[in-house]
Amino acid sequence: MSQQLGLFSDEPNQRAKKPMAAKKTRAGRGNTAEQMAKKQREISVSEFFTKNRHLLGFDSPRKALLTAIKEAVDNSLDACEEARVVPEILVQINQLKGADDTFTVIVEDNGPGIVKAQVPLIFGKLLYGSKFHRLRQSRGQQGIGISAAGMYGQLTTGNAVRVKSRTSRRSIPHKFSIHLDTNKNKPICTDSACDWDGKKHGTRVEIDMEGEFRRGQRSIEEFLKLVAVANPHVTIKFIDPDQNVIDYIAATKQLPRETDEIKPHPHGVELGILIKMLQDSSEKWIKLALQRDFSRVGPKVAADICKLAKISDKGHPKRIAKEEASRLKKAIDATKIKAPSSSCIAPIGEGLILSGLKKEVEADFYVASTRSPVVYRGHPFLVEVGIAYGRPGDSMVLLDSGKIVESEDKKKRKRNVAEELMGFADEPARIIRYANRVPLLYQGSACAITKAITQTAWKNYGLSQPRGSLPVGPMVVLVHIASVWVPFTSESKEAIASYPEIIKELKLGLQDCGRKLGIYIRKRKKLAGEHKKREYITMYIPHIGEALRDILSLTDKQVNITVKKLTTVLEKSRKL
Amino acid sequence: MAAKKKKATKKKAAKRKSSPTKKAPTKAIGGRTKKNPLTKMDNVTITQIDNCAKHVYTKIIKLSKPELKFPVRSLSNVRYDRRVGHFQLGRNRKERTLTVNTVKNFAQTLKLMSFSKDMVHEDDFATKREAYYVSKNWGDAKFREQTESDSCMDDIEALFSLEGVNREQLRFYPEEHGGAVAGELIVIDKDSETGREIRIDCTGFGSGAYSIPHSVEQLKFETKAKFIIAIETGGMFQRLNNHKFWRHRNCILIETSGVPTRATRRFIRKLSDQRKIPVYAFVDCDPYGISNIYRTLKVGSGNAAHLNQFFCVPKAQFLGVMPQDIIDFKLQDATHPLQAVDIKRAKDALKNDPFFQAHKQWQKAINQMLKMGVRAEQQALAKWGLNFVIEEYLPHKLKNVNKFLP
Repeated sequence: MSQQLGLFSDEPNQRAKKPMAAKKTRAGRGNTAEQMAKKQREISVSEFFTKNRHLLGFDSPRKALLTAIKEAVDNSLDACEEARVVPEILVQINQLKGADDTFTVIVEDNGPGIVKAQVPLIFGKLLYGSKFHRLRQSRGQQGIGISAAGMYGQLTTGNAVRVKSRTSRRSIPHKFSIHLDTNKNKPICTDSACDWDGKKHGTRVEIDMEGEFRRGQRSIEEFLKLVAVANPHVTIKFIDPDQNVIDYIAATKQLPRETDEIKPHPHGVELGILIKMLQDSSEKWIKLALQRDFSRVGPKVAADICKLAKISDKGHPKRIAKEEASRLKKAIDATKIKAPSSSCIAPIGEGLILSGLKKEVEADFYVASTRSPVVYRGHPFLVEVGIAYGRPGDSMVLLDSGKIVESEDKKKRKRNVAEELMGFADEPARIIRYANRVPLLYQGSACAITKAITQTAWKNYGLSQPRGSLPVGPMVVLVHIASVWVPFTSESKEAIASYPEIIKELKLGLQDCGRKLGIYIRKRKKLAGEHKKREYITMYIPHIGEALRDILSLTDKQVNITVKKLTTVLEKSRKL
Repeated sequence: MAAKKKKATKKKAAKRKSSPTKKAPTKAIGGRTKKNPLTKMDNVTITQIDNCAKHVYTKIIKLSKPELKFPVRSLSNVRYDRRVGHFQLGRNRKERTLTVNTVKNFAQTLKLMSFSKDMVHEDDFATKREAYYVSKNWGDAKFREQTESDSCMDDIEALFSLEGVNREQLRFYPEEHGGAVAGELIVIDKDSETGREIRIDCTGFGSGAYSIPHSVEQLKFETKAKFIIAIETGGMFQRLNNHKFWRHRNCILIETSGVPTRATRRFIRKLSDQRKIPVYAFVDCDPYGISNIYRTLKVGSGNAAHLNQFFCVPKAQFLGVMPQDIIDFKLQDATHPLQAVDIKRAKDALKNDPFFQAHKQWQKAINQMLKMGVRAEQQALAKWGLNFVIEEYLPHKLKNVNKFLP
């Protein structure tokens, strides 16, 4: 049984396994096992990713720029929130002189800063971080992102990553210049004290890299806009290569609720992990080990599990790991255990989703829904859905006086259609995906969120939906999955894996919003129909007046009175 | 002050004159002259239209929604009484209140009434199709299809029929032409220009025939004929006319070509009433011939129940072809099997038609046909020779007139 768990580890000797079919078959032609052994050596994680940069989202120059910013912003936000600081972030992209395709990416935050000794490791060593080994909702998960960005920068420009950090007003700011040794996965770093006027605490990272700056869909601008939607507490200043400044101002000063770190839930643990956990346990008795190392396991549940597995309460965890682990696993699965605590996940909240959407998407109707946390494979997760519907000005408005008029917004609205998130009435709905408040821009079709939206029957809510595709309409669907461990399909964190539990929960959230949207759409259609009918009144009443005039030889005054009275009578009779 | 007022009214008058939606042009030639003043009936018609408009107008002035009560025009709203002899309109009314949904139809109904009043004044008429085109000048209130204007017209007609005013008096005429007449009959008509009498001898059309005009109210008749035969098909009419059957039997032949038109029905009715001669129907032996052609001739239709009192011939009797005739005249091998529509029509007649429900003999005959499962055309008699119908069938049938079904 493998003892190295997780996808990657600091010492990746797994990668250097002996080839399976190393038999000597035809002497003279083939290599001997000994010859082959000479070629077999350790591969460093850094080397592996140098060759497989697409796994981390650096497959194209355009995407590389975005990924670097994304990783840096993620880290900044995580750090700020953990330190309970309202985040203010500066994102800047400068074009290097004399090179069209080389940029400096700068991300600066007002977070807690980084202790001097840790800076080289965080920015210069792959798979180094605080977030991998704990179960807590955060943007980053693996400890790959920012160092991979630095590595990519070094690979394409040869320049070092430049970091500036200050941890408090009393401490001295330091600046660092970090190179990565890709063979050893170790940082080579120089540092010195420096000045940082006007900054009490925070971190600034600068990376030179090859890239391509584009606007429009999947651009950095869109990414930051989406960050602002899902993180209404964040203020971002963005300066693009042309020195244009875009400000995303926070809508609230309230930080998301602080999340707790939890221990793994027994139902989500696989056999290998269970064995490792038992081996690492500091307890002597299996019952106590279960109670201590897992969440939601009390004395009674632990005793039940032991009884079901026919193991003594006082068995030694290390021995059980060797001999009775699979029986124990079966017993755990068969025992009823309370769902994990949801205190480890913090939703954005319906109110803030609405204010985030209203801030960045112009629409006629907004609805949001936050589901209660549920569990997939022992990891608690939570789904939130927000919908913005209708391009302003396309609908009718009912005035207090009972009259129906065209919306005023039509005249007011922005001309710049290209930068709006909202699509047109004949286009598929636009989807905004988030995992732990991080926008997902790529691989939409592979994502569980897209699948869940496609599988939802939007026709029930008054939208048209071609078979097996997204609903059609002027609509933005925002979906957020918050979890202590979001199951991404790859390390670049672009799409969420389609676990049935997740799809089911997503659909429930979508249906929740869909029902409210349906009510609105029906009302809107009714209003439009009503408007048409009232136009009808004004269209045909004069003819009635005319006919009566011709038959009864009425005077014009009488006709006018008739028409007026009839209009009043009919409009009064219309109730909404 | 006074001058100002005067000016204002002048302006108004000018405005009214220039209004393009004012009365549709209805008249190009002719028109009412001193020679043909408004008749009594015309005055009734105008009063009825005025009353209806006044009713709507007062309701509006009182700030309430006006409504019109139209009789329901369908077989379900029809009563049949043997003593009366024709379908009568039942008591079901559809009340059409002026609401947003009915405002268009309401406007069209009133416009059509106004148009009708104009025509009475001008002594003119419009065919249904013409009325439809006249509406094209009404702007938004125009009819999109002729079926719309026809249905609207039928409603108005039904409404006024309650007061004894029929469609012709409202000056709406059907497009359809009347049937053909041949035989021992002199029709007395009037010249529309001079008002002089014209005598038309229906024996004098050779191989042709007299065509019934779309309005027959002014006609008078002179005849010594013993009976009238209403014939479904043109072919059979031709045969009987060419062999001068009417001379041999001293009768009048009328071709209905399918379901007789209103004018044809009215013509037969007036003729038989005025001259007190019996009417025999000679149609195909199938559910259409019996339940549509003959039934409509005798008691009228469900759709136009409001005018059956004028437009049917309660005295008519059924000469043939009877289902029993298929057996009596050995026509079994000249028949066709009943189609699904035939069977449906026959069953429908038995189930829903008050006329057949009132006559056991008819139920028996239809059931017999259903049991035999075949239908026979008038022409089937040609199996025994082209003139078998003249030489054998009709003389044989006419010997037993009392056996004709009612």
